[in-house]
Amino acid sequence: MNGTKQPSKIAFVIGASSVGTLIEWYDFYIFGMLATILSKQFFPADAGTAALLSTLAIFAAGFIVRPFGALVFGRLGDLIGRKHTFLLTLIIMGGSTFAIGLVPGFKTIGWLAPILVLILRLLQGLALGGEYGGAATYVAEHAPEGQRGFWTSWIQTTATLGLFLALGIIILIRTNQGVEQFSAEWGGWRYPFWISIILVGVSVLIRMKMSESPMFTKLKAEGKTSTNPLKESFGHKANFKMVLLALFGAVMGQGVVWYTGQFYAQSFIETVCKIDFIQSRNIMLIAILMATPCFVLFGWLSDKFGRKWIMLIGMLAAVLTYRPIYQEFINITAAANRTQIVDLRLTNTITAFPIIDAKDKTKLYIKQQSDTTYLDGSVFKYFKTDTMILKSAVDGSRPLTLINPEMIKYKSPKPNVVVEKTMGRSAYWDMIWLVFIQIVYVTMVYGPIAAFLVEMFPTKIRYTSMSLPYHIGNGVFGGLVPFLGTLIVEFTKSPAHPNGDVLAGLWYPIAIAAVCFVIGVIYLQNKIDKDVMD
Amino acid sequence: MNKIKQLLGYIWMITAPAIICFLVYQAITKINTASEATRSNVILQWVIILLIFTPICVGFFIFGKYASEDAYAHLPSNSEELED
Repeated sequence: MNGTKQPSKIAFVIGASSVGTLIEWYDFYIFGMLATILSKQFFPADAGTAALLSTLAIFAAGFIVRPFGALVFGRLGDLIGRKHTFLLTLIIMGGSTFAIGLVPGFKTIGWLAPILVLILRLLQGLALGGEYGGAATYVAEHAPEGQRGFWTSWIQTTATLGLFLALGIIILIRTNQGVEQFSAEWGGWRYPFWISIILVGVSVLIRMKMSESPMFTKLKAEGKTSTNPLKESFGHKANFKMVLLALFGAVMGQGVVWYTGQFYAQSFIETVCKIDFIQSRNIMLIAILMATPCFVLFGWLSDKFGRKWIMLIGMLAAVLTYRPIYQEFINITAAANRTQIVDLRLTNTITAFPIIDAKDKTKLYIKQQSDTTYLDGSVFKYFKTDTMILKSAVDGSRPLTLINPEMIKYKSPKPNVVVEKTMGRSAYWDMIWLVFIQIVYVTMVYGPIAAFLVEMFPTKIRYTSMSLPYHIGNGVFGGLVPFLGTLIVEFTKSPAHPNGDVLAGLWYPIAIAAVCFVIGVIYLQNKIDKDVMD
Repeated sequence: MNKIKQLLGYIWMITAPAIICFLVYQAITKINTASEATRSNVILQWVIILLIFTPICVGFFIFGKYASEDAYAHLPSNSEELED
């Protein structure tokens, strides 16, 4: 585009495109944020880790279909235009998100529940596959010459801000409702899904006012639009080799760095470090908020120095520092590394109380909570549950003192202990900085990528050509980070090491980012394409 | 540099089928060692992994093939060069 474009016009283009994209990311991420609750709601109650893995698999399915969405909607965008295509993707996304919030739980409709959720999740993935390429292309095609990295970086912030919005809404509802009400079958966890329909409605109204991309309009007027974007994108070696280079030399590494920093980190500090639900999300929220301006910074820098090296330095930094960062997470949250306030040891132990199983009246759970307070202000709560089977059923709850050993048929050899840690101020901020560093890597690899991809492909097949590598890199390589990371850690577990190597899951993003870095260094060029009109 | 690009192309071509073989071997091992209770879940996980990574490895092989043929010696600087 010419360099004299009015700033107010560009601001509207950015705003209208970004709001829609932000909402699509929000829709997509609330599923991942609520994975633990969803696994309990949509799978059998006794499935445990299997249910969580199955939910993560459904979560991953949403990512896996993104490349197909890229093909379907990318083709549409190159045939009928950018504006109408990403209006359609927005409506599909909003509708399917809202519908997930309406699916009854496994208790009510059995296996139909996870099947319905899977179908809706696939629709979400398809819609997102079509959305991002459209928005990035649309903004890039409006951006003035020499500022493409800067302007498209605003679109890049939406992925992170969508995550921020999702986290914020979930925390708000959960804090207001309390854990039990939030996690009930028709509890507060459904609200973030329902809220989506309002956000999407607003966004659709804004997008209706947008005009078509000037470059696409010009191509259409000249009758130069592609008649078969899929064939031209992937059937011609000259273009297909660029699609492959974009995937293996840039987007694959960008995808794993993105999802490790913003998803794996959260999962790790919650499930491995045992940081409590609210604090773990606050850590993510603050770190994301602090690092978000870096998207625009690196987008702007990429206009000055080129896209290649900014992205590759981000990747290399991730490869070299992921393991030390995650090791530091473990060190910061370890009980062994802090001094306990001994005076509070007894006063913070709550007396054990028995709970009778709802179905089996001979089954009894003895629950006890003890809090350990440390000098640095950290509080570790230990929830200990012993399971007992009595010789005969008991009615109502009775004090522990009235359950004598003769009544017990079976007692679990070891209690199930759940730890929930709330970190003191200093440790809390240490964790925020560690997440912040990872999100800065994210901004380095992700800030310039839209401009980089737009410049790689010609206007008439741009939507299709850039969407596919982007969504394979992010959706497949990146989206599988939580799933494969969890799976790799599972493989390292053995009777001798029941917890396995908790850092082993990082090998997947490290290996992918390392290979991508090598390919990027050797095969990519650092040129900024001034003319994307062709 | 072009020589390195070409030579690495051969490495990518070898790596792609090697990854598929590794994944198939892992799948068989993990499914065989899974308990009865978790077997169906393990099979599902590995079917997903193989279905996803096989086409990607095919793409990686093609990328290696192009690199070995020196297709990346010169990258296009305008759209005309992207036409065959």
